[in-house]
Amino acid sequence: MTDILLIALAMSLLYISIANRLYTYISILVLQGILLFGITYLTLTHVNTLNLVLIMLETIVFKAISVPWFLNYLIKRNGITRETEPYLPNFISLIIVTLIFVITIIISNSIKDKNIDKTYFVVALSTLFTGLYLIVSRKKIITHVIGYLIIENGVFILSLAVGNEMPMLVNLGIMLDIFASVLILGVFFNKIEDVLKDPDVNLLRNLKD
Amino acid sequence: MIGFFLFGTLVISAALFFNRNKWVNYALIVFYIALLWYFGVYEFLHLNGSDLSFFKFDSLGFLLYISLCIVSIPVFFHSYRYLESHNTTETPRTRGLFFAAMTILISACGVAYSANHIAVIWIFTEITTLSASVLIYHHRNIRALEGVWKYVFICAISITFVYIGILFLSLSVKQAGINDLSFDNLYANAGRLNPFWLKLAFLFIFTGFTVKLGLIPMYTAGIDAKDKAPAPAGALLSSIVINLGFVGVYRVYAIISHSTLIHWANIIIITSSVLSIFVAAIYMTRIKNIKRMFAYSSIEHMGLVMLGIAAGGIGIYAAILHIILHTFVKSALFLQYNQIYWVYQSKSIYDVGHYFKYNMAGAIVILLGFISTTAMPPSGLFVSEFLIFQSLFEAHFIGLMIIVLILLTLILWGFGSNIFKLLFTPPIQIDESRLPRISPWESLSQYILLALTVFIAYNPPSIFVTLIQNAVKII
Repeated sequence: MTDILLIALAMSLLYISIANRLYTYISILVLQGILLFGITYLTLTHVNTLNLVLIMLETIVFKAISVPWFLNYLIKRNGITRETEPYLPNFISLIIVTLIFVITIIISNSIKDKNIDKTYFVVALSTLFTGLYLIVSRKKIITHVIGYLIIENGVFILSLAVGNEMPMLVNLGIMLDIFASVLILGVFFNKIEDVLKDPDVNLLRNLKD
Repeated sequence: MIGFFLFGTLVISAALFFNRNKWVNYALIVFYIALLWYFGVYEFLHLNGSDLSFFKFDSLGFLLYISLCIVSIPVFFHSYRYLESHNTTETPRTRGLFFAAMTILISACGVAYSANHIAVIWIFTEITTLSASVLIYHHRNIRALEGVWKYVFICAISITFVYIGILFLSLSVKQAGINDLSFDNLYANAGRLNPFWLKLAFLFIFTGFTVKLGLIPMYTAGIDAKDKAPAPAGALLSSIVINLGFVGVYRVYAIISHSTLIHWANIIIITSSVLSIFVAAIYMTRIKNIKRMFAYSSIEHMGLVMLGIAAGGIGIYAAILHIILHTFVKSALFLQYNQIYWVYQSKSIYDVGHYFKYNMAGAIVILLGFISTTAMPPSGLFVSEFLIFQSLFEAHFIGLMIIVLILLTLILWGFGSNIFKLLFTPPIQIDESRLPRISPWESLSQYILLALTVFIAYNPPSIFVTLIQNAVKII
């Protein structure tokens, strides 16, 4: 069952690589939050109940509800156009994300360690690299934030892989989410999109030598 | 005690944030400095003691903490001068926010130095990023926004890298059958950790901390941040925050040094530091912005420090000495920077000149600071840099040493040509009628900081030497 959820999450990455609208990105974030909720429940079987409830609440409330809602609100409020504006065509993105999958599978098969479940490892790493790829290949600041959130989801899966022995590390992952919320709030309060009129990273290129 | 210290910081910063009265603000800052020093004395009296089960007052933490205490006094003083005289748009609210963020930044760094658990360092690193972002965005214009956005975003990525590194570390610990990620435990069991995961952990943690330490690959965010932050905040970013990155890397390197992977780790560190010095050399020769030039100079020094660590032997001693001296020198330069700006209203090297004529005391600080930073003989950094090169020589890194020396010469040339342009050549245009009067007393703290580096480098108190030697023993 865990494997099904993990693979579903991996498939959502393929979808995000060809998605054209910001709202699709947000729906995928919601989907990933819900999947992570299920994965957490199925994986962390040795953690005490209170901690488990805390972590699961965090995944559902934070990852699946509040952050996507807030991003949605930001897009409406700042009048951000709905195109994601990739630098590369979607077809090439799809190939690159597929390549990321293949490479992580090859990497994880080369690791000879019985302690780690390979599915977790592959999905976590490919989520991470896909997030990085999204950041470098999309133009808008808000897609950078979404890319960071996807990286975070990947890291969360990785932390679940060791979560039973060290639940503290999963709790630390929650702190990362707090960090992300600060990033998003930064966009909101500082009104990057307002100040810049056009939410495009090209305008943030004045600081140089 | 750490609980008390953190609680005190929180109370003071909250009071600073809500208070609107200038004199209460002064009093709170004086109170905070007293708290800082009180905690420093407590740390000294309880050296090697532990606190709150996650902290241990070891020599390295104490040394860096004391340099933090010393630097923070002039930083607060110059922050006041900066807010009072530089900016007409300052309100009690922005001032309160600025100082609240600054106290949190200083305390977070100070506590993180003594953390005995990798996750604790990680948490406090996160806090420093958040509080530093408030300082960087102090002016609330679009350039500051760009600087802060880049800083926060790159720090967020880096902090995620450190987190991934911690996860890999926990995997390697898991194989050894232990469950505790405190540094003491990791040093003791370093030989039993799984080397594959330990390698990955080191790679990720090192990459993550380079954003604070200022090395390739993540150094870029720090440059923009130091450029855009008010100069006193820039002084903190290029001294105590750099030290925080150093502590993180040093402690993780200490784990590696007890295992068989030390040569592999040295290759990583050497590659990163030589590339950093190379980048610094390239930018220093063509840079036209004085503040960014100081920031790039920090990159060069951190490259040297990490080379010393990788060379081993006397190099580790020299590296710790170097980072402490660098804390004083670089903060002195950044604190002096505001006076240049007051005179010329520009940070470009094209607009400045004849600084001796306009601000004698300040010009001497700049000259001495230049001599100190480039490690010419009367400077304290000369001693540590000399020892670093000696260790490189002893480790048979001759080719490497020659490359680094050539790069340092380039840096000396770039730095020197800009500084001499500032000091001696006539400015293109300057309105001499509206020059500000700058009291020589404002440069006093910089003189003291620079003199301190000379003193502790050439005539180190014996307790200082013992403390560094104890800090070296971790490796």
